[in-house]
Amino acid sequence: MQQVARLERAGEVVRLSGPLTLAQLGNLPRRLDAAVKAGTHIDLSGVERMDTVGAWIVHRLVRDRGAAVVGADERSASLLAQVAQADKPVRVRPERPGGLIRLLGEVGDATATAGRTMLGLVGFFGALMLSVGRVIRHPRRLRLNAVVQRFEVVGVRALGIIGLMSFLIGIVIAQQGAVQLRQFGAEVFTINLVGRITLRELGVLMTAIMVAGRSGSAFAAQIGSMKLAEEVDAMRTIGVSPMEALVLPRFLATVLMMPLLAAYASVVAIIGGGLLSWIALDIPPVTFVQRLREVVPITDLWVGLVKAPVFGAIIALAGCFQGMQVEANAEEVGLRTTAAVVQAIFLVIVIDAFFAVFFTEIGWN
Amino acid sequence: MADDLDELGDLEHGEALEEVPDPDGDVVIRVRGLKNQFGEQVVHEGLNLDVRRGEILGVVGGSGTGKSVLMRSIIGLQQPTAGEVSVFGAPMVGRSEEEARGVRRSWGILFQGGALFSTLTVAENVQVPLREFYPRMGQKLLDEISGYKLVMSGLDPSAGEKYPNELSGGMKKRAGLARALALDPDLLFLDEPTAGLDPIGAAAFDELTRGLKERLGLTVFLITHDLDTLYAICDRVAVLADKKVIAVGTIDELLRVDNAWIQEYFTGPRGRAAEHSAEQAHQEQAA
Repeated sequence: MQQVARLERAGEVVRLSGPLTLAQLGNLPRRLDAAVKAGTHIDLSGVERMDTVGAWIVHRLVRDRGAAVVGADERSASLLAQVAQADKPVRVRPERPGGLIRLLGEVGDATATAGRTMLGLVGFFGALMLSVGRVIRHPRRLRLNAVVQRFEVVGVRALGIIGLMSFLIGIVIAQQGAVQLRQFGAEVFTINLVGRITLRELGVLMTAIMVAGRSGSAFAAQIGSMKLAEEVDAMRTIGVSPMEALVLPRFLATVLMMPLLAAYASVVAIIGGGLLSWIALDIPPVTFVQRLREVVPITDLWVGLVKAPVFGAIIALAGCFQGMQVEANAEEVGLRTTAAVVQAIFLVIVIDAFFAVFFTEIGWN
Repeated sequence: MADDLDELGDLEHGEALEEVPDPDGDVVIRVRGLKNQFGEQVVHEGLNLDVRRGEILGVVGGSGTGKSVLMRSIIGLQQPTAGEVSVFGAPMVGRSEEEARGVRRSWGILFQGGALFSTLTVAENVQVPLREFYPRMGQKLLDEISGYKLVMSGLDPSAGEKYPNELSGGMKKRAGLARALALDPDLLFLDEPTAGLDPIGAAAFDELTRGLKERLGLTVFLITHDLDTLYAICDRVAVLADKKVIAVGTIDELLRVDNAWIQEYFTGPRGRAAEHSAEQAHQEQAA
């Protein structure tokens, strides 16, 4: 038979018995609330066991209703005294203004944060350039090992996923292009489409997005957790500049790897397009390559290769900058990592639009 | 009046409340032949330990002897390679989630860093176990309970609305203790509760632990490096070395054990200083 707390009412006296503990209280608080009025005596002599929650339920009746406790043994009395001593107003969550004011506040906060982030990014770029200057003056301070290690992480290990992605994109472009162009009997222009769009735009853009997701996020998370563990502070106190040791190798590696990855991605995408043209449109590979050389100007390759290092710089900057902004708690590492990727992709696309206008103006189209 | 009633809610919840089975009587935690192995590295082998009802058991051992791993094995966070662990007579190895719930309701655990949930305020942290086990408890009562638990754990009332990242290390420990005590447990696990606290804070924490044990009849499993804590509040001390518990007993009993590490531990300069201050405190109490 399971024990529960019991309540008996006799006139001005409410008698409690059984275990007065959290697990055994049941609906007793509600019943007590109805039974106890000012001046009621609460008789605890039948209580077998009491914990702090039981004591609290009794205490709040004494406090709010002016009830009196009788028949408490020594332990119960000591518990009651203890919870009474701990009875101080404690607020559970910070107060927040409601409605319109909060909305305005949040919009203002977001605007200020966006502005501060942009300024911070520019400042970060400046600080990085200063340390580039220092390294150029003292070339031995360049951490070549770290840079080469990043080559592997950012470049070599990305080959598989970027190759697969580009190959599929090449196929999709060729397939979709062929469907549309067939309506004019101009299937052969699929080759123009695949060659030009991958070299100029998609090769480098998709690579940038993949690198931002793979490496930009990793930069933010790595540097962020190092900041949390006070590793970055330890570096500073030893006299190692975090800019030179952490940021510069990642920056250089990304800037140098991006053109290589972008060129590779474009080539694989063209192979994908060529394969589809061969299978679906009966254009043999020889014809495909010949036609490609006729219709795709070499400037298309330059367009891609000029953009790639700039995108790489943006990705590395955003990742490292957000990582260095981490303070306080682990949750922020996640937020900053997300911010790094979103910022990098957004800036890459904005700059890409500028490049498009620029290259058209100088006649590379 | 009616509003008050609704706010209060009640503590009933659907499932039947069964008393935790306790065939072992006085032994709350029983560990037999425990083995823990990580890859090639064997941390525990043939480890036996009993924790009795109502005692504060201190667990000491050099760094890397697996004190925390032992605690994690007992509370079921670490699946042992071999051996048996039972808490309140219920086996912890190979039990179902349903059985585990009953045991979890009757223990509280303070992790080394506090392990507070970072997205909740301190008071909301204390409410988490209450909400989990008593989903129908009213918000007002929840707020009140979390409030007095925080004050009881030695926190300033203004700390309730703060987020964990706004707290110092010592305050996090106290908040963690308040959460461990939320369900008024019978068994309390403390992992280095006084590490990183200032001496005054550490002494207050010791006093708090002892007071809880005396008033609520708590059983406490206490991992510590703090000799003052051992002398001040522990009823018995278990020494971990050579992958097992090499000795358990009161400090006086341990001092008679012929083991170099134990002798070094308790009679080294720090050990003697702690003994001295414990004696002094004793005499002052007697006077």
